[in-house]
Amino acid sequence: MTVEAKPVSRYTTAARINHWITAVSLILLALSGLALFHPSLFFLTGLFGGGQLTRALHPWIGVVLAVSFLGLFIRFFSLNFWKREDTIWMKNLGKVINNEEEGLPELGKYNAGQKLVFWGQSILILLLFCSGIVLWDTYFADITTIDQKRLAAVAHALCAIAAILIWIVHVYAAIWVKGTLRAMTRGSVTGGWAWKHHRKWFRQEVGKP
Amino acid sequence: MSVLQALDLRRRSASTVPPPPAGKAAAVEVAKLIDVSKCIGCKACQAACLEWNDLQQPIGVTDGTYNNPTDLTPTSFTVMRFAEHEHGDELEWLIRKDGCMHCDDPGCLKACPAPGAIVQYTNGIVDFISENCIGCAYCVKGCPFNIPRISKVDHKAYKCTLCSDRVVVGQAPACAKACPTQAIYFGTKADMTAHAAKRIIDLKSRGYGNAGLYDPPGVGGTHVMYVLHHADKPSLYSGLPDNPRISPMVGLWKGMLKPISLAAIAFAGVFGLLHYVAKGPNRVTEHDEEQAAELEERKGA
Repeated sequence: MTVEAKPVSRYTTAARINHWITAVSLILLALSGLALFHPSLFFLTGLFGGGQLTRALHPWIGVVLAVSFLGLFIRFFSLNFWKREDTIWMKNLGKVINNEEEGLPELGKYNAGQKLVFWGQSILILLLFCSGIVLWDTYFADITTIDQKRLAAVAHALCAIAAILIWIVHVYAAIWVKGTLRAMTRGSVTGGWAWKHHRKWFRQEVGKP
Repeated sequence: MSVLQALDLRRRSASTVPPPPAGKAAAVEVAKLIDVSKCIGCKACQAACLEWNDLQQPIGVTDGTYNNPTDLTPTSFTVMRFAEHEHGDELEWLIRKDGCMHCDDPGCLKACPAPGAIVQYTNGIVDFISENCIGCAYCVKGCPFNIPRISKVDHKAYKCTLCSDRVVVGQAPACAKACPTQAIYFGTKADMTAHAAKRIIDLKSRGYGNAGLYDPPGVGGTHVMYVLHHADKPSLYSGLPDNPRISPMVGLWKGMLKPISLAAIAFAGVFGLLHYVAKGPNRVTEHDEEQAAELEERKGA
């Protein structure tokens, strides 16, 4: 009979609330945005009280997301700088996908995949915010030309689709890698999870007084 | 707009339209012909437009030109645009009645995401159906002529209806009816094209060698056409586009991008599901827990 490892704290309560505000607003933005993107999905405007309300609410939810994501960015950007072990990890992505990640370098708080999700969403949300302002006709119709608005519409759609794809990867990874979700619900992970996936970070955490 | 049920639809925004009932005669395509060479700039058409459509343009400011109001607004579906053009020693006053051109291939309708907010009748008229409009202003991006205006009051798009509610009962548009010099004609597109040809012959005989009909092919032709004395340079007429077409960016946004995007999202979802089915979850083993506990013990000690 071995001793159970103690849980390791991974996210503070504030960080978790910040994450879930971002998550809910991103899902609402995806639903309302897709409703206005493809006629087959226009029925989704019903979730927001009709077309006029969807059109009016979407940019405001975007503001909530932008502010909320900025919070996440400030919290986590320093932990997401690219390291040598991240390149090795990416080169062995096939092994990772096959659940055979043993023998790969020990990782800090985030692996290369998580870092790419982080930087990908950071850039895309910035682009979405800027193009969204151009498209926000209620307040900003007069600050751009029609050609700039057309470009913004294409850029906004492209970035939104890319962000949704990254979001799918992010959510799927949390479903696939068991023991991950509790980091964002309860704030802690098991010692075994920390040992298996982020050993370098685990060693630091255990070393703390 | 129940009165318009008498008009069959050719196109409907964000929707597919069933063909008109079998056995029903196809509607004749209509057109308005604006003979710029006969226009005296009296603005009777503007007044008639406000009158028929029951619009009230708030009193604004003048900018020192005859353009009044200075631009199209949600309540001014048409405005006269006055341009001074020096033609040799002569000063020409080019006065163009601006408003919706009723493109045969309407960019506004292509861009509109709200089902049925923009329709095109089989007679060619493009109409905004306000009750379905969500105020997103995508029509503004789709339009090659910069015509639709979004109301700050009810957040809906407005533009010339070609008096579809008059045409349906056999009347000409209000502007055509009011024009004192008969610079605005209304009839079938074929008749209007034929009439324009006569006017162009007349203009050419009077020294306007470049007179011609403005019926731009880039948008499939229009159901509002101009007779221009300088058809070689439409942009002389207060920026009338020389070769209007739906922007390729709008084409991409409303074309390829839609199916490709949904396919990519569906593919990502299916890939995740298949991966889970094929490879299974990534679980922490008992061994990992033991190793972790051991480390904790060592460091804790």
